[in-house]
Amino acid sequence: MRGAPETMRVLRPRSPAEAVRLYGRHPEALPLAGGTDVMVSWNAGLLNRRTVLDLSPLREWSRIRRTRAGLVVGALATHARIRDDARVRAAFPLLAEAASVIGAAAIQNRGTLGGNIANASPAGDSFPPLAVYEAVVHTISPDGERRSRFLNVFEGPKATALRPAELIAAVELPFLPKRPTRQIFRKIGTRAAQALSKTVAAGLLWLDGKGRVEELRFALGAMAPTVRRLRTAEAFLAGQRLTPATVDRAVELLGEDVAPIDDVRSTGAYRLAVSRALLGGFLRG
Amino acid sequence: MTRLTVNGRVRVFRGHPFTRLVDVLREGFGLTGTKEGCGEGECGACTVLVDGQPVMSCLVPVCQVEGRRVETIESLGGLERLDPLQKALLEEGGAQCGICTPGMVMTAHAWVRRGGSSRPAAIREALAGNLCRCTGYQHIVDAVARVVRERDRRRGDAKRPSRATSRTARRTGRHR
Repeated sequence: MRGAPETMRVLRPRSPAEAVRLYGRHPEALPLAGGTDVMVSWNAGLLNRRTVLDLSPLREWSRIRRTRAGLVVGALATHARIRDDARVRAAFPLLAEAASVIGAAAIQNRGTLGGNIANASPAGDSFPPLAVYEAVVHTISPDGERRSRFLNVFEGPKATALRPAELIAAVELPFLPKRPTRQIFRKIGTRAAQALSKTVAAGLLWLDGKGRVEELRFALGAMAPTVRRLRTAEAFLAGQRLTPATVDRAVELLGEDVAPIDDVRSTGAYRLAVSRALLGGFLRG
Repeated sequence: MTRLTVNGRVRVFRGHPFTRLVDVLREGFGLTGTKEGCGEGECGACTVLVDGQPVMSCLVPVCQVEGRRVETIESLGGLERLDPLQKALLEEGGAQCGICTPGMVMTAHAWVRRGGSSRPAAIREALAGNLCRCTGYQHIVDAVARVVRERDRRRGDAKRPSRATSRTARRTGRHR
């Protein structure tokens, strides 16, 4: 079975307000942004006879805005735009890096940050950076606007807490109060381009003048049904010096916050081993 | 009805708005230079340019290119007059079975045009989304590098670094 265009109904709102109104009237519709996930499923014949809400004409939602408190990335900003935006690269380099390893150039030119989130793959490459930057997701529905902490948007693989007829409008990135002492983004996949991640990591570390951990934020993707912050290891290291013993303990505690599985891309054991190596390497500097 | 510009010409597609761009080009407009490979956004064979940027035409419903500028392999040279990239690929032996070639050429064309560098690592990254199963990558990279160098010589700025540097280079320059 292939995608059959004649079975599809396409709604093309011209403005965010019209999009919200149309979605309210057709809550069964499938929002379509860059299509890099939807179209793969549609080509396989899995989404025939659906109504599609094509968001691509909404230019207002593709911009990146600076406010006093941070950057507001429109839900329809493409990975290419995020990757190349000087403000993102300066203040949120881990997100810019993630955007540069999602798929390959042709995917980055189409895929969007909002689409990435709405798709809610456990392996979404933008998610660990958004988790450590403590992003806030702006959504809108006929009931009004809402803001959610990034991690609260996900309920499971391919499942979000978005309500019926609720659209992601933007993702807010609060500026970090202080430059991190150390930061990392790493994607581990089968090949450099296109491959979905076996594991994907983002970390921020602040050390005080005496070499003690002021704050650690570390997030892993593809290691649980949703992206996870390593709360246990983060809390353990707060106020500690990074010695071989504390680093080893943090690496061990990593297992408390993740539950990697065996699947087509990797094994749980490999995922755990490589994630521990990434965290250990990052902490040792 | 969808109106779009294809290779400089305004065209109207009267079929269903959710028809994939690759099908519109091949079956609607008879532009069969664009090939469909995997149909799932993995191989890059169907790459065309939309507003100058490479995209995979198997993942684009035509309604999303309403009013946009699409360029396909047919916009480059033909047998009578080859585009520099086509010529370089021929001479360097950068094409075998040919299925990946139109998509590879369009991705490379966008790279050359936007000021991409001639560094092999940068070119490899730019072409990373285009698979060649005849494994001719080295020859392809050589051909693209040659065209970039020719471009730089024409512009008389061969000694200055290109504007678009590799994302790999930017990556390794930070956070390490």
